[in-house]
Amino acid sequence: MNVKYMFSLVAVLLLILLSYAGAEAAGMKTFFGIFIPYIAVAIFLIGFIWKIVGWAKSPVPFRIPSTCGQQKSLPWMSYSYTDSPYTKTGVVLRMALEVLLFRSLFRNTKFEQHGDRLIYRWEKWLWLFALLFHYAFLVTVIRHLRFFAEPVPFFVQWLEGLDGFLQLGLPGLFLSGVALAAAAIFLLLRRMYLAEIRYISLPSDYFPLFLIIAIAVSGIMMRYFTKVDVVAVKELTLGLVTFGPTIPEGVGGLFYVHMFLVCVLLIYFPFSKLMHLGGVFMSPTRNLPNNSRAVRHVNPWNYPVKVHTYEEYEEEFRDKMVEAGLPVEKGA
Amino acid sequence: MSDLPKPEESLSKLDHEPPRTGWMDAPVDIRKGMYCYSANPKSLNYTGFPHAREWNPIEDDWKLPENWQEILHRGFRERLDRFRSVKVFMDICVRCGACADKCHFFIGTGDPKNMPVLRAELLRSVYRNDFTLMGKILGKLNGGRPMTENVLKEWWYYLFQCSECRRCSVFCPYGIDTAEITIFGRELLNLLGLNIDWIATPVANCYRTGNHLGIQPHAFKDMLDFFVEDIEEVVGVKVEPEYNKKGADILFITPSGDVFADPGTYTAMGYMLLFHYLKERYGFDITWSTYASEGGNFGFFTSHETMKRLNSKMYAEAKRLGVKWILGGECGHMWRVIHQYMDTMNGPTDFMETPVNPITGTVFENAKSTKMVHIMEFLADLIKHDKLELNPRRNDHLKVTFHDSCNPARGMGLLDEPRYVINNVCNNFYEMPANTIREQTFCCGSGSGLNAGEDMELRLMGSLPRANAVKYVHEKHGVNMLSCVCAIDRAALPTMTEYWTPEVDVTGVCELVANALVIPGEHDRPTDLRGEDLPGWAEPEREETDAE
Ligand code: HEM
Ligand code: SF4
Ligand code: SF4
Repeated sequence: MNVKYMFSLVAVLLLILLSYAGAEAAGMKTFFGIFIPYIAVAIFLIGFIWKIVGWAKSPVPFRIPSTCGQQKSLPWMSYSYTDSPYTKTGVVLRMALEVLLFRSLFRNTKFEQHGDRLIYRWEKWLWLFALLFHYAFLVTVIRHLRFFAEPVPFFVQWLEGLDGFLQLGLPGLFLSGVALAAAAIFLLLRRMYLAEIRYISLPSDYFPLFLIIAIAVSGIMMRYFTKVDVVAVKELTLGLVTFGPTIPEGVGGLFYVHMFLVCVLLIYFPFSKLMHLGGVFMSPTRNLPNNSRAVRHVNPWNYPVKVHTYEEYEEEFRDKMVEAGLPVEKGA
Repeated sequence: MSDLPKPEESLSKLDHEPPRTGWMDAPVDIRKGMYCYSANPKSLNYTGFPHAREWNPIEDDWKLPENWQEILHRGFRERLDRFRSVKVFMDICVRCGACADKCHFFIGTGDPKNMPVLRAELLRSVYRNDFTLMGKILGKLNGGRPMTENVLKEWWYYLFQCSECRRCSVFCPYGIDTAEITIFGRELLNLLGLNIDWIATPVANCYRTGNHLGIQPHAFKDMLDFFVEDIEEVVGVKVEPEYNKKGADILFITPSGDVFADPGTYTAMGYMLLFHYLKERYGFDITWSTYASEGGNFGFFTSHETMKRLNSKMYAEAKRLGVKWILGGECGHMWRVIHQYMDTMNGPTDFMETPVNPITGTVFENAKSTKMVHIMEFLADLIKHDKLELNPRRNDHLKVTFHDSCNPARGMGLLDEPRYVINNVCNNFYEMPANTIREQTFCCGSGSGLNAGEDMELRLMGSLPRANAVKYVHEKHGVNMLSCVCAIDRAALPTMTEYWTPEVDVTGVCELVANALVIPGEHDRPTDLRGEDLPGWAEPEREETDAE
């Protein structure tokens, strides 16, 4: 038992209860189906932009890339085009590798002590499951566009075909949903059972994981078990995006739970570590070229400082310098 | 060092299991052997730092200024507005733990607060409490905590257990650089007069005399004159270094540590022999400076402003002497400052020219703005163009490995140049395991101003990962020489090897170069620069002479 994750777990359970009871028993479908989604999207958008603008307002006074490979120096010495980029293209490629393939995480090692020997093993699981988690998330988000556009865009249909190629009964199973839940559970177990990770984890690290797992599980349940009325749901979601919201008949409480949890995630997002989505693009150790000796970087707040000038120095040491035969500016 | 148990014992005592109590609730325990003495108020006053006073880290009362919380808060705010790095890094860590076991201080001490992520969380927790909405609403649940004296002590203790090596930043999926957070945090501590003496006094010295050791101009020349005598004895030629020479082509700047203590002194002799060789063969014209007699910059470990104040001497002296460009010697953090900060802080430098190697004609395009070239780039270029007469057999008694210093590796990308040079001056070169070199190199454990005497346990345990890799190649290949391109390494690594791997010695790369360099007019050289006999060397040379 650990209060940190218990707290987050209880918080998510309460949110589930709240929305289920609210929509089913208290009949607050308009509140949960219309009011909350609009608020959530507004907070998400404004919060996100506010955060990015906040970061952007602080300048980058120095060009400080972490060089993870050979620099470009002598013409005949080959250099690391993406790990120590010298050009803009190199930087773009480096960032693309970071964002699309989690390049840095791919380097991860695990330190082990065997008697008097220290070894560092390549540790791929975090990389693999983090990648799986994020792509499953992305695919799931894109698939959900079918609820917000009529006709369903071609790429959504195309992605659904790919995602659902494993036809296990009806309706077809989407791999992304299952992968999302599985990967999130892996990340959660890792946090709960690896001593070091447990030690550094905060309640705010467990919360989004429980939340996302709950979102994925409620989604999967609607689709495969309670068989939500998809046509009615789409009536609601299309109504939301066309600013003519209605509450259709026949949509059960589970759907409101699902949607409410998504709204909580959206509201929570800009104020939490989930902002790494935006921050990764603004990280000065990754998004700058390693060319600071070739192209001068300008610091907008560079200010003059008090220095100890040569004249002051010579003034203090002139006699000794002359005696030692060192050249001086002013004859002694 | 005498307080420390035997290496085997230190190793078997190592425990990386985190304690049961959460890190926020564990009060800081400032332990002897792990911290450096507080700054001498005289040194702080000389450079104009606030709140200079006598205080002792292990006493309860740190004699803080009354409004210390307000000072810190304001300092924090100002720096959030000045450094996007700090602002972004405060917000986006997901605590994935990828950086946790990458720090040599965590590996060597097992102290969980030496995990880079927790080191940063010490500051982040206060940030969340003071500067974020979520932190204000949720408090501790969101990982926030108010700034208290205990927290401040914890900052101080752990920010001076980070060597700003950036190894963590290589592995972080967002490139969060805990070194950047340490730099920022130490800047805040300096607002309260909380520096350590091993940094503050070199800074004051450097400001006054031009170098960390406080060597005055005449003494600086004297010390190099000693080397002139030593070189004459070993090599049989008289080198004639120039000082403060107006109109020289090139200005040479290197850390003063190499002028002062073995084995760095042999690297300094190496520079002198190299310049002598180039002068004799090609008319190379280079000068040392007593005013800018320090390449290193302990200001970097203090604050951005102090770094700039000390660094200013390089360009000022280049301008006064009217040189075309600057050549920089072997040093770690000096090169981070030159490569990533100098031009921005103290440039632009229109009074110099794009560096061109006068001997090969190579244009150093990569240094065309900063106008400062690394001696390894310069040497690699000379060797590639076959401008040095080298006899690598003179290093045959050595089995050499190479330690990438953190700053040139992760703040510059100088990885292959030194290897190219070493491979041309030595016949036996062996790399340490792949996860311990190049961009993944392990710190010597003494970087960023931590190479004092009183924190020996911290230094030796922090050097464990590096030493362990050295031991591996020693046992596997018989490696007996650890080479490096950093003056702090040359001061710190011998202490490390003495404890962990006494069979291995330490050298700068330019010492290896000078040993292999065939100097015009040299006499028989049966010894290396250290005056040690080269095994099996004397006889063949003699035979050749006899045959004539
Ligand atoms: C370069 C890009 C990215 C990298 C390297 C990255 C990496 C990571 C990592 C390592 C975790 C931690 C998993 C854990 O141990 O808990 C994580 C969590 C997460 N990321 Fe990303 N991420 C990236 C972009 C994104 C984007 C674009 C999103 C968009 C939604 C996103 C959403 C999330 C979410 C929702 C979590 C899970 C919540 C949590 O664990 O706290 N990430 N990410
Ligand atoms: S690797 Fe980066 S994101 Fe992960 S815990 Fe460390 S600093 Fe945070
Ligand atoms: S910069 Fe180096 S010493 Fe500091 S936390 Fe990171 S790995 Fe450790």
